[in-house]
Amino acid sequence: MQTEIIIAGFGGQGVLFAGQLLAYTAMEEGLDVTWYPSYGPEMRGGTANCTVIIADEEIGAPMVSRPTACIAMNLPSLDKYENMVKPDGVLIVDSSMVDRPLKREDIKSVAIPGSKLAEELGNKRMSNMILLGALIANLPAVISLEAFERSLKEHLPERHMHLLEANLTALEKGATFIAV
Amino acid sequence: MTKELLKGNIAFAEAAVRAGVDAYFGYPITPQTEALEYLSHRMPALGRAFVQAESELGAINMVYGAACTGRRTMTSSSSPGVSLMMEGLSYIAGTEIPMVLVDVMRGGPGLGNIAPAQSDYKHIVHGGGHGDYYPIVLAPANIQETIDLTYGAFELAEKYRSIVVILIDGSIGQMMEPAELPPMKPRKKQFPEWATDGCEGRPARFLTSISLDPPKQEITNLRILKRWQEARANEVICKEYFMEDARYAVVGFGTAGRVALSAVRTARAEGIPVGLVRPVSLHPFPEEVMKRLSKTLDGMLVVEMNNGQMLDDVLVYTKESLPISFIGRPGGVIPMAEEIYSSIQQLVNNPPPIGSSPRDRWFAKVCKEKGL
Repeated sequence: MQTEIIIAGFGGQGVLFAGQLLAYTAMEEGLDVTWYPSYGPEMRGGTANCTVIIADEEIGAPMVSRPTACIAMNLPSLDKYENMVKPDGVLIVDSSMVDRPLKREDIKSVAIPGSKLAEELGNKRMSNMILLGALIANLPAVISLEAFERSLKEHLPERHMHLLEANLTALEKGATFIAV
Repeated sequence: MTKELLKGNIAFAEAAVRAGVDAYFGYPITPQTEALEYLSHRMPALGRAFVQAESELGAINMVYGAACTGRRTMTSSSSPGVSLMMEGLSYIAGTEIPMVLVDVMRGGPGLGNIAPAQSDYKHIVHGGGHGDYYPIVLAPANIQETIDLTYGAFELAEKYRSIVVILIDGSIGQMMEPAELPPMKPRKKQFPEWATDGCEGRPARFLTSISLDPPKQEITNLRILKRWQEARANEVICKEYFMEDARYAVVGFGTAGRVALSAVRTARAEGIPVGLVRPVSLHPFPEEVMKRLSKTLDGMLVVEMNNGQMLDDVLVYTKESLPISFIGRPGGVIPMAEEIYSSIQQLVNNPPPIGSSPRDRWFAKVCKEKGL
């Protein structure tokens, strides 16, 4: 059993950290996991993505052409990954960053105004947590929200600890968006 | 012991610390710079030596000097940086002193790019520097293996008075996986009888790689070969997956090997009796494994992230006595499991004639696909 998740967006949106939190959670649940970032010459403001593979056996390829799930935090990421998601897979999109409807009908797509909701919760940069909440809720067989919350508490950097409660709220808000 | 989520570059750096590395000298280059950055605070905090040299040439010659004292010494770099170190590596080999090098390979030749590649196989395994010398080359495919092999590398280097190279690529350097770090070894207190670390109260010793008397140099070369023959007999590591009942094998090292594992699993699910052979020691090469498989299998597929550098070694030991195919992605491209799977299908359904060049057949196909 293997689940592949691609998280993609602009540098600075917390794409790599979101993937690391998934990796920590999987590790703490006793699963095997590989976190592989894009590390090209593009940096702040450019595109960033990471692939997280969670499995119950030794992981082979660190990259996949057909992921189980994808979080797209901007339009270039949606354009790049929408067609790649496996049939019956999950696509979570920050609809406040994207000005077009979603195309696929053979996957579970969830459009959430992540940045807007995060702003309402007090910090636009928590949109990654809202989208992660939705991802976890739509992939219930992989990791639980409770396990993720435990690892968030453990691994949120010290300088952001004052935002822990807000992050948990963001996560739970995101988890209410279930694909129909 | 609990697992930690570790990035490859940090993992090998900390594994070296725990193996008792006394001195690190390096120069930044992507995709291995995190190791240098990490050791820049980790080493001084432990009272050990760290120097960011003015260049790779400086770094390798600092390694040379420090290694002459018999202390555990290392450097790390990436392909173009390792090219710059080749002169120093040859001098170190000629002086018969141990050291550890980690090469986090990237796309080349030239400045190339910073993406993962297996570009340096020939240059690391079959020389690079001048003269007859034989580095021990180990190619892990995941973070735990990277830690374990780096941890053991210093003792291996000392045992054979040899250079040990940990050969990984940018993807292993940059990825994070759960892994266990080994316990901290105490630093060495006893140093070898050749170490030039101050001769107060004893006769002076002399270490050099210059030998103007050719018959003496000849003896040096033969002595280096003698140690290598022992390493060749004792230090082969090769991992096999699904090989018990396999009729076919995919052969790949490092990242190409782990991508092939995914392809092999897909093929197994389709009922194809294929396994994976992943050489971990590239030098010594698993010669006997290749000889044995060439006699028992129906076909072999070699997968690399280059134009087929290890392929030539596979062909030497299999004597091309079975159908062999090749698939390569050079220049910093990671192959996808699907393309390896389709090459497995092709090998099984339409085996190539024995003795026909695997590289030529692969290249003809690539030329057609890419319009070259």
